[in-house]
Amino acid sequence: MAQAAIELIGINKSFGAVRANRDINLEIVRGTIHGIVGENGAGKSTLMSILYGFYQADSGEIRVGGQPASIKTPNDAIALGIGMVHQHFMLVDNFTVLENVILGAESDALLKRSITKARSELERLEREYGLEVDPDAIIEELPVGLQQRVEILKALYRGAEILILDEPTGVLTPAEADHLFRILKQLKEQGKTIVLITHKLREIMAITDTVSVMRQGTMVATRETRKTTVEELAELMVGRRVLLRVEKGEAEAGDVKLAVKNLTVKDSRGVTMVDDISFDVRAGEIVGIAGVAGNGQSEMLEAISGIRRAVSGSVMLDGKPIDLTGAADPGELRDRGLAHVPEDRHHVGLVLAFEENENSILGYHDDERYLKGPFLDIDAIRNDARDKITKYDIRPADCRLKTANFSGGNQQKIVLAREMEQDPGVLIVGQPTRGVDVGAIEFIHKRLIAMRDQGKAVLVVSVELDEIRSLSDRILVMFAGRIVGERGPEATEGELGLLMAGVERQEAAE
Amino acid sequence: MDMFNAIIQVLDSTIRLSVPLLLACLAGLYSERAGIFDIGLEGKMLVGAFAGAAAASVFHSAFIGLGMAILISVAFALVHGFASITHRGNQIVSGVAINFIAAGSTIMLGQAWFQQGGRTPALAPDERFGAIIWPGADALRGVPILGPIYSELISGHSVLVYVAFLAVPFTWWVLFRTRFGLRMRAVGENPAAVDTAGISVAWLRYRALICTGVLTGIAGAYLSMVQNGGFVKDMTAGKGYIALAALIFAKWKPVNAMFACLLFGFLDALSIRLQGTPLPLIGKVPVQLMQALPYILTVILLAGFIGKAIPPRAGGVPYVKER
Repeated sequence: MAQAAIELIGINKSFGAVRANRDINLEIVRGTIHGIVGENGAGKSTLMSILYGFYQADSGEIRVGGQPASIKTPNDAIALGIGMVHQHFMLVDNFTVLENVILGAESDALLKRSITKARSELERLEREYGLEVDPDAIIEELPVGLQQRVEILKALYRGAEILILDEPTGVLTPAEADHLFRILKQLKEQGKTIVLITHKLREIMAITDTVSVMRQGTMVATRETRKTTVEELAELMVGRRVLLRVEKGEAEAGDVKLAVKNLTVKDSRGVTMVDDISFDVRAGEIVGIAGVAGNGQSEMLEAISGIRRAVSGSVMLDGKPIDLTGAADPGELRDRGLAHVPEDRHHVGLVLAFEENENSILGYHDDERYLKGPFLDIDAIRNDARDKITKYDIRPADCRLKTANFSGGNQQKIVLAREMEQDPGVLIVGQPTRGVDVGAIEFIHKRLIAMRDQGKAVLVVSVELDEIRSLSDRILVMFAGRIVGERGPEATEGELGLLMAGVERQEAAE
Repeated sequence: MDMFNAIIQVLDSTIRLSVPLLLACLAGLYSERAGIFDIGLEGKMLVGAFAGAAAASVFHSAFIGLGMAILISVAFALVHGFASITHRGNQIVSGVAINFIAAGSTIMLGQAWFQQGGRTPALAPDERFGAIIWPGADALRGVPILGPIYSELISGHSVLVYVAFLAVPFTWWVLFRTRFGLRMRAVGENPAAVDTAGISVAWLRYRALICTGVLTGIAGAYLSMVQNGGFVKDMTAGKGYIALAALIFAKWKPVNAMFACLLFGFLDALSIRLQGTPLPLIGKVPVQLMQALPYILTVILLAGFIGKAIPPRAGGVPYVKER
């Protein structure tokens, strides 16, 4: 008889006027992997934070192992064997792995004994679950995949039987995500219960036993994973039918609009990140750059958009060369018709403390349309912002709202609207749908294809292989700073995966 | 031999002059390591100095004076905590406010209580912390080199001097060898990690501020009850700010802090010693320039001679649970 590890009964939670959770009922069976999907803002994280004692529910009951439980603080949750791996890691970056693991779970006032104990405990966990990590490594020197492992170890060290993971793969490379899933399966085999919160449906299908769908604060459905489909889940999440793969016609590639020549870029430590690459993007085509994060894509984007100085290389924009080794000026590139949607919208693309309308002209504020003499023409800017809001379906439709208050998907739309509406000849987009909901992904993909059909040259860099395959007319694969292969959109995932992993071209072709 | 004696004298006064800086610097270290910027070290030292001297002269006891100095200084630290932890106010504004209140209230209360123009009555020797002469200090004085080092540099200081220097290894031990230290360092780097680990961020930060208050209290008591025989208005004279500079220079590490404060103390001692003395090659240097030396050094060091100083990452940011 399957036993419930956790039962949530009638949970309600409001933040001011926002009802984050409404009358939620959920049962999680012991020893299973239970997925919770929903768009950003559907209330998944709130629900889990209530379970972890980070917030208090306004009403409702929590039962752990059949017993009613009162979880008022994370301490209570930890005592009940509930552990959580947060989306943004709760680690102290300049502490060692050991120090992070014992923080809050020290055995006495002096550290020595706790550290000795944790060291042997970590060795045991490493043996049992294959959770290898150097206990004396400093967190900030570890790759994100390992940092996440430390979070899991933290929970296990505290005796967690139920492990909640909030969007665990958002920051991981595909290989790291696969490794994580293997670890989760192993934990399940050892009898642990796992709750996986995500908005990536593929992960749900790949690893969960049961899946619950949340929408706008309510629990809309719970399904056995093997009896459902991605399409059904997507529809339940968004509340309408969603196209997971955007339909598009044949590309009609024209003249070369953007030509990158012999681009070499080093990072701040002097390591060569982009190694002498050249490629073209023609009018009316989308070129996708695939690759595991950290293989030079970010540096390449920064160099082409003029944010980072290149060691060598130039770009041809409409046949006129621009040297990238000097103090390339993003403004100059922009004036010449190159629009850039940066990978990291929070740090590079937007000023989160600004109002939406201010962000919607950022970088174009010197344009005559937005000026009245030496002053900004506030009315023109707001009207312009309102037009973009309508056209790009940005919600909430309020151009005076602080940008930080928009969801990730809508923030991305603000940046896209700003860059696309300048009618650039060349559009380069980094991670177009990172942290964006299923519904908005569909919209963004459609806009990108519309740009292509208008005869623009579009360069898309993404670590999401599905996205690259569904958008691109040509796919370039980057590995270790080089372009290691070019494929058409019909290339299989396996073929691209091998290229992304750095397997030589000939081998991949076999 | 004159040269040697001169050096010993300068080093001796280096120690005396660095003590208030060191205590204040360690005080700031506790607070800033826990993520609370404390520009109010100056003010807390000042109220400590006033409370210490006032209580010592009224109760005729150095120890009651010290206790009162610590008590009042901790109270001011808690006010800073109430504003910046409980109410998530701006830590700089709160610190500046404390400095103003300290400067104004000490003069006003001093005048109201003692009618000596804001001073407290001169303390009798038994109301101050006198020098502790180590065994054999007088007998060894005659021994060349080592004798003066022992009897002048090591022996013959007030108990608070030893407290200050012992506070250095003690602070190091607290920071890196105790649970409290681990949590305190963590809360200054990433309070959310501490919160999710089930530890109260606010209580931890309050405790760190209490440590700060104790140390600034001792620093104040040193100024008014050891260095000086009573309280004089504004007697901290910017030492709280120099201590903050030393803290940055020391990259928030206790042992570095000691060396940084000794360096500032040395410059101070040197500037006193060299006043009116013609220097070889340069000739006579204006007094004002010598007095300005420690401050000039502060500016130069902070302007970039110290490499990259990374402050505790959550410093200055009130902790709010994410929504």
